[in-house]
Amino acid sequence: MSNIDKATVAKIARLARIKIEDEKLEPLAGELNNILGWVEQLDEVNTDNIEPMSSVVDAKLRWRADEVTDGDKQQSVLKNAPRGEYGFFAVPKVIE
Amino acid sequence: MTDLTKLKIAEARDLLKKGDISARELTEAYISAVEAADALNAYVAKTPEMALEMADKADAMIKAGGQKGMTGIPVGIKDLFATKGVHTQACSHILDGFKPEYESTVSQKLWDDGAVMLGKLNMDEFAMGSSNETSYYGPVKNPWRAKGSNNDFVPGGSSGGSVASVAGYCAMGATASDTGGSIRQPAAFTGTFGIKPTYGRCSRYGMVAFASSLDQAGTITRDVRDGAIMLESISGFDAKDSTSVDLPVPNFEAALTGDIRGMKIGIPQEYHLAGMPAEIEALWHQGIEWMKAAGAEVVDINLPHTKYALPTYYIVAPAEASSNLARYDGVRYGLRETVEGGGLVDMYEATRAAGFGDEVKRRIMIGTYVLSAGYYDAYYLKAQKVRKLISDDFKRAFEKVDAILTPTAPSAAFAFGEKSDDPIAMYLNDVFTVPASLAGIPGSSVPAGLDANGLPLGLQILGKAWDEETVLKVSGVIEEAAGFTAKPEEWWR
Repeated sequence: MSNIDKATVAKIARLARIKIEDEKLEPLAGELNNILGWVEQLDEVNTDNIEPMSSVVDAKLRWRADEVTDGDKQQSVLKNAPRGEYGFFAVPKVIE
Repeated sequence: MTDLTKLKIAEARDLLKKGDISARELTEAYISAVEAADALNAYVAKTPEMALEMADKADAMIKAGGQKGMTGIPVGIKDLFATKGVHTQACSHILDGFKPEYESTVSQKLWDDGAVMLGKLNMDEFAMGSSNETSYYGPVKNPWRAKGSNNDFVPGGSSGGSVASVAGYCAMGATASDTGGSIRQPAAFTGTFGIKPTYGRCSRYGMVAFASSLDQAGTITRDVRDGAIMLESISGFDAKDSTSVDLPVPNFEAALTGDIRGMKIGIPQEYHLAGMPAEIEALWHQGIEWMKAAGAEVVDINLPHTKYALPTYYIVAPAEASSNLARYDGVRYGLRETVEGGGLVDMYEATRAAGFGDEVKRRIMIGTYVLSAGYYDAYYLKAQKVRKLISDDFKRAFEKVDAILTPTAPSAAFAFGEKSDDPIAMYLNDVFTVPASLAGIPGSSVPAGLDANGLPLGLQILGKAWDEETVLKVSGVIEEAAGFTAKPEEWWR
């Protein structure tokens, strides 16, 4: 099933927003194929009519009143930002 | 004058109560021990001034008659628990300089009880690793060395700093976290007691997220009683975590009755791995004999989907990680790398390339792939279904038994570099711990013996969901029977 080539690694890296140098794509393809080849043993397991398990906690999510309990923390929120300007997070220019 | 750093939490608690020692004295002894133990590389940030302030508060609490189990007890906090104004990076470069504006619930509960923070503990980057070799701050050294050797061993992972600080007498206890075995495996490698409670027992609020459906806080201590005391302090419902469960926290220490007569202990046949060292099999067999001698009934059980637990984990955990770690983008906190003349996406890609280590990148890539269009059903959905089967295996087993006994890890601590080139060999270390993480059930590792080289080995006890008391009770019986008194030589001082 899994046959990840260089182009696929480049695509995954793009989706994951991680810059991968060209010369690293090939070795990474090998590593990912190894791991995926190993996890594919799950194909042996019959999972017909089995509900996927997304949480070990059976309980339904709790409800709460829709009210403001926190906020007014602009200083705190921006405290760790690499760049903050005029009370905003600042990033490189997006629109020319 | 006794060396205060050799006391256990329960012993210190009693001396503090009687007024024989003060929290300040105890804390000063630990601050010196932490200073002297740099060779272990267990701490990535030290907070001696805060510790002394907290110790004085603890002394005031005790004087006012408000002593609790953890009052005045110096502890270390794994670097993935948010501590207000203090280094919190999950030992990743991408969180450079991050000092949270808020406190994790687990650490806050300790401070509310009067515990004292010595600093932040080293770990595998974002808890992804089984040897502490993926930390941006360098590996932690295991305080234990093989007999007659000066070679260093890994402390296990991901809670490598937690176990090294406790085994190396530079914390009385440490917080830790378990996603696939990150509490139990390192505890086994260092002769310490580690317990991961039921998923939902401790709040995940303020814990740096790795795989949210698996992450659970727990403790590392020098013995079972200390584990019961510390676990009780950090447990309990928290409205700030939607998966926190609103159940009363039992008095865990009271569970340590030593009486397991008539209890049924399950031995999963699938855990007899081909090629497992004879010493591990022998230790397990010894554990079975201890159970029988204590009056428990030992029952063979089957957990038929055990062999699929690791591959299931290595789909579910990276998938959740790839989603959780999407937040590290260089915008709101931590590292930012920009590209000359580049735009926003270039900044994201450069920041994440520079900020994440190789193992973290590998897992994000796997997770991204298994969640991507066209592959979701084949990998992620499939893994979630197998996870259900693994969980059902345990449910069926616990209809017949009260607890399950297994080895904690398939080997003792290994040398640096021994497995770091082969991700799958590294993953196999967690073969006995991952199934319980997937099922969300509580588990512990108790030091139970030494291998031929003099390195510690642990036995794992698993219990029903919400039955940490039985896990602790059986752990206590193993501890008593094993009479594990071996100590590492203090070469790091």
